[in-house]
Order: sequence, then structure tokens, then C-alpha cells
Amino acid sequence: MASADVKAQDPRIAGISSAIRVIPDFPKPGIMFQDITTLLLDTKAFRDTIDLFVERYKDKNISVVAGIEARGFIFGPPIALAIGAKFVPMRKPKKLPGEVISEEYSLEYGKDVMEMHVGAVQAGERALIVDDLVATGGTLSAAIRLLERVGVHVVECACVIELPELKGRERLGEKPLFVLVS
Amino acid sequence: MFAAENGLRGDPRLQGISKAIRVVPDFPIPGIMFQDITTLLLDHKAFKDTVDIFVDRYRDMGISVVAGIEARGFVFGPSIALAIGAKFVPLRKPNKLPGEVISEAYVLEYGTDRLEMHVGAIEPGERALVIDDLVATGGTLSAAVRLLERMGAEVVECACVVGLPEVRVRLVVASSLLHLCKMALGLKLLLLLDKSSQFHITGTTQT
Repeated sequence: MASADVKAQDPRIAGISSAIRVIPDFPKPGIMFQDITTLLLDTKAFRDTIDLFVERYKDKNISVVAGIEARGFIFGPPIALAIGAKFVPMRKPKKLPGEVISEEYSLEYGKDVMEMHVGAVQAGERALIVDDLVATGGTLSAAIRLLERVGVHVVECACVIELPELKGRERLGEKPLFVLVS
Repeated sequence: MFAAENGLRGDPRLQGISKAIRVVPDFPIPGIMFQDITTLLLDHKAFKDTVDIFVDRYRDMGISVVAGIEARGFVFGPSIALAIGAKFVPLRKPNKLPGEVISEAYVLEYGTDRLEMHVGAIEPGERALVIDDLVATGGTLSAAVRLLERMGAEVVECACVVGLPEVRVRLVVASSLLHLCKMALGLKLLLLLDKSSQFHITGTTQT
């Protein structure tokens, strides 16, 4: 595959990347866990993270930012507030109190379910999906399906971190994915 | 304890915020009138006003840490932290935080749960704010305060959008439940909205 044009990396990315802590063998042996909690302790790097997303999305007419429980709740709302969009939490089962629609998705072993409130979004709205990290893309795919089922156009998925070896980008297919750190 | 008592009486933004919160009856169990803040998050102006009211109050208090309680505290805390130049520390259910943690047990109606915080997230002497969407008995907030104090932080205040005393209490008088709530914390608590008059009473009332 031909390589993309080399673009100068935004100077803020280095600080964001170095603020993320890697924890070996969590949640189980062999996994190098990308811990964003240390990014949240670095006020400049956290601010820069949000700014990079806001700069990208503020003129794209996005009316919905959907954040995936729980770490998507940390990044999604500041973006939503800055770009004038509503924030919609995508949650594990039985957390949302009102009427929901659900979408099942696969885990490495077994399945899980993601839920969204009925009526949170309207057909024709333009949405951004936010999570801290994309690995296999299973969770993001479930979120895309939930929103598309009710007629929302998912403009892009945005994550702080991508683990490219897990091929999440492929799983998302045509749906664009934007990440800060790969 | 409530915004009105803290000099925010008549703030025109509070009405819009209150109206944007949806009450869902009988969730998670019969008898509970659940204060659903997800509808507040759909109202951009009301959501922004909520954050702005907290930011206006806390920006000059020398607060360097905003601790948010999983998961709805994560929705409000980071925006406040970013605006006041503080770090954000997530307080989580067990086994979610990947690094070394300290944990604190708290009492539920039936049984107990635990709240965890990363070791090293805060330094002794830091001034902290605790955020959650709603306070009922104050059990979770109390656990959060204990965690922060164990690491040497000074908890300046706990802030919630809604105050709603626990409804599944056997005996109830509105004012005494609020008092119970205050006592559970033993420190300053700011609530934007008092929903104590909206809870559904089960059991006997006592004057």
C-alpha cells in the first residue's frame, strides 16, 4: 500500500502521547494497557486533546456527540459543549432509566450489549462517536449501528488512541476513524 | 447546602437546568423517582449553564483536583476541571483502574460496594472538589471524600447537580432526610437543585 503523504505531526501530539501510561498485564497477562488517567492529570495535555478534536469537528455541523461508557464520558462532553452539540451516553445494559434500544456486540470471549435512550437523537442528525481507545472496533461498530438504526448519519469516530495491530480501522469499514496517537 | 443558600438564589439558569432533568418513575426499583440527567445533556444551553455555574463558583478557590465519581460524575467533572485548570481524577468501581489503587468501602441499601482511586493521582495538600450528578444518602460521596483525605488532599466541597435523599428509607420527614444527608458528609455540599419534595415515600411518615 502506498504510504500517505507525510504530514507534520501537530506539536501537541507528543505531549499527549507521553502523558499516557502503559500498564503491562492488565486486565490480563500479555495486554499492554493504555492508561489515559495520567493524561487527565496533565492539564495542558488534556486541554490539548480536547482542543485537537474541537478544531477538527467544530465546523462539521455535528449536532450529536455520542460517548461510550465510561471513558468516552470523559472526552465526549467537553467536545460536545465546545462545538454546540448534545451529548448522548452509550451505556452498558440497565444503566439508562428510560426506554432504550440495544445492540449486541462480540467480545474476545462472549458478547455484550450497548444501549441508547430512545428519543435522544433524531433521524438526519450528524453524529460523532467518541471513546478513549479503539482496539478491535467492536464497541465503536455497535455504537454506529445503534445510531444508524434511528437514521443518524455518523460522520466520524474519534479516539485518543488506536491499537492498529487489532485492525479496528478495517472493522469500521467505510466509516472514518480519527485518532491522535497510534 | 443548596444553590439558593449559597447565593445563587434567583440565578435564572437554574430553572432551565431543572426543567431539563427528566423524572423516570420506578427506576431502578418501584418507589424510586429517578432523576435522569441524560435529558439535561441533550439541552446544550442547560448543560453549558450547569458547567458554568460550577466553574464560576470554583475557579478562584485554588482547587487543583476535580474528582468525578463513575460514571455520571465523569460527564460533568472533566469540563469543570478543564475550565478551572485542575486535573481530573476518576473514582471508579473495583477493578477498572489499571494501576495501583487505594479503595474505600461504602454501604448500599443491601450490601456494600467499593470506590477506587489511583495511587499517585494526587499529592498531599492539594485542594479537591468531588463531583457527581446526584446525591441521595451521601454514601458514595463520603467514600470519595475518605479516599481523597487518605491521600492527604483537602476536600473543599462536594458538588452535585441534584440533591435527592434516598427514597427507600423506612421513615421520612423531608427536612430530616436532608439533615441525614448533610451529616453523612460532615462537610460542605453544594447542590444546584433540591428535589427532595419530589420523592415518593414508602413506609410510615413520622412528624
